Amino acid sequence: MSSVSYDHVVKRYTSDLTVVKDFNVEIADKEFMVLVGPSGCGKSTALRMLAGLETITEGEIRIGDKVVNHLAAKDRDIAMVFQSYALYPHMSVYDNMAFPLQMKKMKKSEIDKRVKQASGILGLDNFLKRKPKALSGGQRQRVALGRAIVRNPKVFLLDEPLSNLDAKLRGQTRVELQKLHRDLETTFIYVTHDQVEAMTMGDRIAIMNAGILQQVGAPGEIYDHPANLFVAGFIGSPSMNLVPVTTQNGNAKAPGFDIKLPKPVSAEKGILGFRPEALTDRVADDGATLEMKVEVVERLGSDQFLYGTVGGEMVTARVDPRMKVAPGDQARLGLDLRGIHLFDAETEKALL
Amino acid sequence: MDLSLLLTDVPTLLFVIVAVPAVLGAYIVGGEFLVRRLPDRARGSVRPWIWVVPALVFVTAFLVAPAVGTVFTSFQSHEGGWIGLTNYQRQLTDFPTGGAWIAIRNNLYWLVLYTLFVLFFGLLLAVLFDRVPYESVVKSLIFMPMAISAVALGVIWKFMFWYQPADAPQTGTLNAIVVNVFHQAPKTWLTDVSVNNFALIAAAIWGITGFSMVILSAALKGIPADLLEAARVDGAGEITIFRRVIFPLMMPTVVVVGTTLVIFALKAFDIVYVMTAGNFGTDVLANRMYKLLYQADNPGGASAVAIILLIAVIPVLIFNLRQFRAVEARR
Repeated sequence: MSSVSYDHVVKRYTSDLTVVKDFNVEIADKEFMVLVGPSGCGKSTALRMLAGLETITEGEIRIGDKVVNHLAAKDRDIAMVFQSYALYPHMSVYDNMAFPLQMKKMKKSEIDKRVKQASGILGLDNFLKRKPKALSGGQRQRVALGRAIVRNPKVFLLDEPLSNLDAKLRGQTRVELQKLHRDLETTFIYVTHDQVEAMTMGDRIAIMNAGILQQVGAPGEIYDHPANLFVAGFIGSPSMNLVPVTTQNGNAKAPGFDIKLPKPVSAEKGILGFRPEALTDRVADDGATLEMKVEVVERLGSDQFLYGTVGGEMVTARVDPRMKVAPGDQARLGLDLRGIHLFDAETEKALL
Repeated sequence: MDLSLLLTDVPTLLFVIVAVPAVLGAYIVGGEFLVRRLPDRARGSVRPWIWVVPALVFVTAFLVAPAVGTVFTSFQSHEGGWIGLTNYQRQLTDFPTGGAWIAIRNNLYWLVLYTLFVLFFGLLLAVLFDRVPYESVVKSLIFMPMAISAVALGVIWKFMFWYQPADAPQTGTLNAIVVNVFHQAPKTWLTDVSVNNFALIAAAIWGITGFSMVILSAALKGIPADLLEAARVDGAGEITIFRRVIFPLMMPTVVVVGTTLVIFALKAFDIVYVMTAGNFGTDVLANRMYKLLYQADNPGGASAVAIILLIAVIPVLIFNLRQFRAVEARR
């Protein structure tokens, strides 16, 4: 149980290959922090530097109050679940889980107690004598979790632990991991490229792109107030509609769009953003109206998504599933002005 | 190159170039032709035999038949009469210095020292050079002796162990060091019975360590990196990781290399033949067999030694094959 802080951390492999740039995050004790970003964004490297598997080029990483830059991985007292699970193939499930405790020179009886307890929590009681080879993917994943749980570590690191599971199991495990976090009361740092996992599991999310931290915040905050264009496009599915506009007299204009902005902005060129759920079949008096040429209709039962063009720009709308509409139709849709974002076309930062 | 020699026996040349491929081709085409005419069910069980029989014929003619012949010879006198176990009795008489006993003792030295040291050095080199940038250079250098024929290797080491009387300049590398660095009297490495066996074994170890290193290094590289990282995060130091994770995962390969080396040790011949010819108490079974057959004109005794050697190798061979299959199954 410990807080973790990254203080101006840099990871540079060669002078022109910097994978993590000036990374600053404070992770509170017992927090569930998710590092999310596209592959190659540096999130795994950031985690591996904390684990002690990569050296830190510049800056400091602290666990609790202690700077760990020069502490060997084995002395950091953190547990890590690997994407590949990294189970020891020549050891039984029991020995896999007992291994970190044996490294601590713990008494046999105590090891036995802890392994039995963890296997009970994870439903592995009947598999303790098996080798990892004889387990299913989901069971292996549990053993990897168990090996981390038994240690009662200061910090629990998870590097894309769900990406080798099938969709159904992934959903279940997502829920179980959150429960586990509540029960263990330990700091969790979770790396994923999947924004759904990030949104559903994290107390807070840190979004990275190209080695640079983009935004840190609670899932709802990031969803409602993306700090820049990258975050706006990355979080949310289907993703946010983004339309290049020019701003004049407090209005954002583009072919097919003339929208009154809630407050005046200084930039002349911008990118207007709105999520599909802000564009619906409810035309409100205080909203804007858009004419959409519908090209594809997706009925999901609970939702209906319309894909089409407004003034030549591709736009997605989320409408009432009972709305009757077919490809080729011209649809009159209402845009809720409370749901619009504007980004500077050059700096890509949020302006509203 | 003068190829006219080939033309001195034109019928044989024609036989090799034309008749052998023609017969094999006819066998395959004819065999397949017959198989096609068989009922569907028989076809599946007959066809493999069509392809396997030529190999079986060759193995029988050149391996099984001579082996059986050797067994018979080992029960016969020089004149061809049956004499039961007399040949074996002569080889196993007067323990510990008579018959083949010295050779058997030396083969045991080889078996233990050669196998253990080659495994130890191979493992050590594979692990030590695994993470250095100049790994491939070092590995090439260490592997190089493998490319030297055993005879050349024997000659090289004979020079290394060369002896000159104390007052003459020492041309042998080892004695030069002994005299000039340690200021001791030069040693007769290859004739002094207290060291000569170990000198021969050392030369053989130098020649084969590259083989063991390369195979063990491949096994080491086959261990996924994240297993080692997991162990590090789990709190294990590098030596513990080697003992608890790396070595157990390399074990099947260590066993395969080890049993192969045991067979090499039992078959040891060339280095002994070149360096001491088996004199001064350095004889080994393979060399004794050679001497009995070609120098003593005693085919029965040579065959008996060969069979003793064969019996010693068989268990190792079976173990090796089983282990090899286990490694394959693990992939």
